[in-house]
Amino acid sequence: MQNPCVTFHRINAGSDRALIALSIDGRAVTGLDGDTLLSVLIMHRGALRRAEAGGDLRAGFCGMGACQDCWITLADGRRVRACSTLAEAGMAIVTNLDHGQ
Amino acid sequence: MGNETETPRIAIVGGGPAGMRAAGLLAAAGLRPVLFNEAPEPGGQIYRRPPPPLRTVLSPARLYGPDAVRAMALHSDFEAVADRIDHRSGTLVWNIMKQEHGGFRLLHQDADGGQGAHNCDAVILATGAMDRILPMPGWTLPGVWSMGGAQVMLKGQASLVGRRPVFAGSGPLLYLVAWQYAKEGGRPAAVIDASTFAAKLRAAPMLAARPAVALRGLAMAAALRLRGIPVIEGAHADRIEATDTGMRVHWSSSTSSGQIDGDAVAIGHGLKSEQQLAELLGCRSRHNAESGQWLIETDPEGRTSVAGAYLAGDMAGIRGGHAAEFAGELAAWALLADLKHRDNASRRAVLRRKLSRQDRFRRGLEQAFPFPQHRIASLPDETIVCRCEGISASALRRAITDWQPADVNRLKAMSRCGMGRCQGRLCGQIAAGLLTAQLGRTPGDVGHLRAQAPIKPIPGSQLIVEKGAVE
Repeated sequence: MQNPCVTFHRINAGSDRALIALSIDGRAVTGLDGDTLLSVLIMHRGALRRAEAGGDLRAGFCGMGACQDCWITLADGRRVRACSTLAEAGMAIVTNLDHGQ
Repeated sequence: MGNETETPRIAIVGGGPAGMRAAGLLAAAGLRPVLFNEAPEPGGQIYRRPPPPLRTVLSPARLYGPDAVRAMALHSDFEAVADRIDHRSGTLVWNIMKQEHGGFRLLHQDADGGQGAHNCDAVILATGAMDRILPMPGWTLPGVWSMGGAQVMLKGQASLVGRRPVFAGSGPLLYLVAWQYAKEGGRPAAVIDASTFAAKLRAAPMLAARPAVALRGLAMAAALRLRGIPVIEGAHADRIEATDTGMRVHWSSSTSSGQIDGDAVAIGHGLKSEQQLAELLGCRSRHNAESGQWLIETDPEGRTSVAGAYLAGDMAGIRGGHAAEFAGELAAWALLADLKHRDNASRRAVLRRKLSRQDRFRRGLEQAFPFPQHRIASLPDETIVCRCEGISASALRRAITDWQPADVNRLKAMSRCGMGRCQGRLCGQIAAGLLTAQLGRTPGDVGHLRAQAPIKPIPGSQLIVEKGAVE
């Protein structure tokens, strides 16, 4: 799996965490057991969403559920905060990243 | 306080060191407190535990550094009484109100998304703190994190937000996080410290209240320099831009300027209290000049202006995890004494003394790392102040000129700044600073953004708010 975000760096490369299969905008991706959705999205897309006001890319900020800048949508209709939601197998994330500016 | 023949019902909100110590004491006193914790695990941000699959990767020593022994003692003390605590983890308390005949009602969203209400006779609020941010052009770009966020990705996700991040801002976290990144395989591009060496020197007598901690900070800065990492003191990050290869931070000081290239940026000027629940209860607050923040008023043991409501930990002013443990225990003792359930006046005196020592240290930190309030007035026009609603400094300045708002809540209504999902957690102080600077008012005059329920977004909240209101 190509990683478009070269900066985000896992310390534990090669650890024995199980792979988790999920999808982002219909495309299959893998995360690791213990990943938050924030980590999965940044690893695979380099960002989470486009801001409602202005359309600029957002990619998390406070990581601790305070800034509220990482709310995303799942295909089942749930709205979740990516930084405080652990990835689960089968989750389907729907972003607005491809909607352009 | 309810029926005196029954055991008093105590709720604690917040599962960090303050909430854990308060719960531990109340459990030992036989009161079976209910502990509401938004996080899935106790520990708060400072002693955050990674999700179980990551625990083999990061040992406590790596997670907490010199605080590992303290962190493990806190966790094991809590576990020893856990069966006497009604621990609701993953539960967000999003509203709190006084009840007509005494006591409080809390509305909460549970881990499974379900809604609930909880009544109690007394409450200890210990909801901690978050990063305090001075915005600059480019701070909303992907790859820019809050200082705490960069640390949370390390502690909670065993990941670095970059291999070569630029760390900019001030406060003890600045050096701690940069040092943790250096230790875990990163190579910080630079540490840009807004505070001057002279300010730190002036604060030295107060910082000596906790010599070991003060020395630890100096040692980290020295270790970073030894590794060849530039540490630039008395300098401000003025602007962040994304380049083809990463991120560039433009900085300046009174004598010099430059730019640093890295692959991520972490910014922060210390911490600010998360005090929304106390505000909803109507606890009195006051502008604190030393920290430049509005703080909820408490007595030395944590009593607020609302009978039966107590505050502990960073929520009541930034004193750190160490002090939070003392404050949590002390608030619980104060509550037990007020309920005439049990008292230990000598222990309360000991804890008050410990806290006043911590207070002295806190004032030292505020002197050494003052928030650069003066920078707010000179924020470039294009700076996004409110990242939820995309409101720029120029839009705010225009609104201030056009409407001459009496306070920051009026400014919010006129500009939408602070109306977004975070309720002004990040932008509130900046908007207030622009208002004071432009109209020549005092912080006390312009006030602070009022908290509103739900204090954090809860999906489908409209229905729930109505339901909560009619119950």
